Amino acid sequence: MDLVKILIDAGRTAVGVPAAAYALSSIGLNLQFGYTGLLNFGHVASMLVGAYGMAITVDSGGPLWLGVIVGIVAALILGLILGVPTLRLRADYLAIVTIAAGEILRLTVRSSWAAPLTKGIFGIQQFADPFFDVNPIPVGLYGIGRFRFDERTMWVLLLGWGLVALATLFMWKLTRSPWGRAIRAIRDDEDAALSLGKNVFGYKLQSLMVGGAIGALAGMFLAIDQQNVNPDAYIPLLTFYAFTIVILGGPGTLFGPIIGSIIFWFLFEFLDGFMTAAVLEGWFGDVLDSTDIGPIRFALFGIGLMWLMIYRPQGLFGRREEMLIGEQ
Amino acid sequence: MQTTRRILIAAILAILAVVLTPLAAFAEDESIKGRLEKIDGEEREPVGGVTITVELDGEEIGTAESNDNGEWEIPVPGAGTYLVRLEVDTLPDGVALTDPEKFELPDVSVRNNQNKTTRFNLGPGLTSGVSTYERVGSLFVIGLKFGAIIALSSIGLSLIFGVTGLVNFAHGDLVTLGAVIAFWFNAAGGGPRWHILLAAVPAVLLVAGFGGLQERNLWRPLRNRGTGLVAMIVVSIGLSFVIRYAILVVFSGLPRPFRDYAIQDDIQILGITTVPKNLAIIGFTAVVLALIGLFLTRTKLGTAMRAVADNSDLAESSGIDVQRVILVTWIVGAGLAGLGGVMFGISEQVQWDMGFKLLLLIFSAVILGGLGTAYGAMLGGFIVGVAVELSTLVIPVEFKTAVALAILIAMLLVRPQGLLGVRERIG
Repeated sequence: MDLVKILIDAGRTAVGVPAAAYALSSIGLNLQFGYTGLLNFGHVASMLVGAYGMAITVDSGGPLWLGVIVGIVAALILGLILGVPTLRLRADYLAIVTIAAGEILRLTVRSSWAAPLTKGIFGIQQFADPFFDVNPIPVGLYGIGRFRFDERTMWVLLLGWGLVALATLFMWKLTRSPWGRAIRAIRDDEDAALSLGKNVFGYKLQSLMVGGAIGALAGMFLAIDQQNVNPDAYIPLLTFYAFTIVILGGPGTLFGPIIGSIIFWFLFEFLDGFMTAAVLEGWFGDVLDSTDIGPIRFALFGIGLMWLMIYRPQGLFGRREEMLIGEQ
Repeated sequence: MQTTRRILIAAILAILAVVLTPLAAFAEDESIKGRLEKIDGEEREPVGGVTITVELDGEEIGTAESNDNGEWEIPVPGAGTYLVRLEVDTLPDGVALTDPEKFELPDVSVRNNQNKTTRFNLGPGLTSGVSTYERVGSLFVIGLKFGAIIALSSIGLSLIFGVTGLVNFAHGDLVTLGAVIAFWFNAAGGGPRWHILLAAVPAVLLVAGFGGLQERNLWRPLRNRGTGLVAMIVVSIGLSFVIRYAILVVFSGLPRPFRDYAIQDDIQILGITTVPKNLAIIGFTAVVLALIGLFLTRTKLGTAMRAVADNSDLAESSGIDVQRVILVTWIVGAGLAGLGGVMFGISEQVQWDMGFKLLLLIFSAVILGGLGTAYGAMLGGFIVGVAVELSTLVIPVEFKTAVALAILIAMLLVRPQGLLGVRERIG
């Protein structure tokens, strides 16, 4: 088993497209879950409406920039629709409605009824050409040894980490504003915020919508990289990748989602490479074969999420007293 | 002259064949494909979600599900004569083979590099082309059956919420677990191959035991640590991934039916066409639900359960062992979910994510009836089941589950405590 190769591949993923995409997505979820305490189990839905909003706009002849705007507006509307009936109720109602809405949206874009717009199960491809046409990076490979990216990936990464940096700056401004103090107060003690005359419902709704818009950006970024949107990519699991990342990095911290995403993707890819190599070398005999690696990785992921939430709800590096989500 | 040319051509063809064969094998050029359409007079409608299987000498080569355009394609290893079978029980309601005998095409011959097209003739099933009364009637029966499955699966979720305040997102996977365990006892290669009614017994007991273990080793310690509601919900979703993907590893992604009652002939009752197992599931569930009602009202334990759900502090101060009541609730609730899974498997097929797909319907049933109430879950289950099935009269089948979400959201806007719920619990 070539451990060095597995480690390098894992490292490449940890700074690569998935890490950037999920750092961005998790920044959105962190605003909702980490700062406001909202249990949004349908974060994948905002990624979906962002990606599809953009892809459908371009596919119907619109320019890419308009597609981006459509995607963001669609995510804001989605937040509004999901938030209004649920945000006055207990946290679990939001979780139930959002996880259901995510699946319904996926089934809707998948259906033959919506196929004239969404192309059904085949999805929409090749909508991001204008972005790649303006790639200023000269043709070539950048990096050392196996740890290398071509000019296309470099251009995508520049966009991805650029968006992450912008979103982080935006969050830094936002959470230090009076608005940011209000949402943290709501997370820590909703009744206290209410008794001070804060419009708790309004703040929660705004947080859900803004976080969703950031999630939509992440969805668009992933779609641009793959030049493809396909309904079966937007499974509920993606939401919980983001949850794990937020908790790993520390909910309600500025850089938590970035650190969490890098660690998460490093571990996830390492596990994948390690298990694939182990199966190839026959460590598991006939008990497991290579098709079992995916499901096993997801089961381990579930264990990881449980472990984190039980033992380190404040994140790997956070201090417990700052983290109130795990407490009653 | 003639002969040399023939030999030359033959030689070129032979070389080409040698060169191209591995390429062909690599590209998997041979396949069997087709398009399923329901032809009803002038109307043609693609039929999606139907499973097609290809066999060679009794060995399964591949299987595929028709997509939303009714198209399916199964790659085959090479030229030869294959058997192609349409799995009749995966046909949607209202679609049937025009000749019911022709669900298998025994000798479909495929040449080299051929994408052989085969055809199954589908027409309206017994439910369409008949009077509205009969269509509504048979959908109503299917809805009641589906509602029975939802009701059985929902009670546990609702009762566990009632006594502990936890919305268990891993509850759907207990449903799958029940079906998969029953499958092992009923139809698995290494299993005892019991009749499904017998196999249901260990399935229910094992899932009930698993529920008890979960409560003892996971949820009780977490409650004792003072873990908050939000954290518990996230833990439950983590657990659901563990159970679901462990099932995927063991059971594989292929949906499979139980050995018994998989295919049944239609019967007619009061002018409504249905299969006997639907009526059996409704009848059996009605008895189980009545027993649960008796248990909750007539036994000491059942009354204690309702007392804890109502106000756990008051219950504790009047001498009820709250921890024990919670444990029993978990055992009963998980067992019922397992039973729901067995029923679901009899009604359709056993699949690794069947419970997760049912979870949305369970949620809307529970919220419609009122979180925390057993009777609410029963009532909500039946209403959601019937509403979802009847909705297919007016909207595409693919949006069946969206109806459940619509009910859920409408209920949250109008009466968030549910039909039978108490107002104070929701705030």
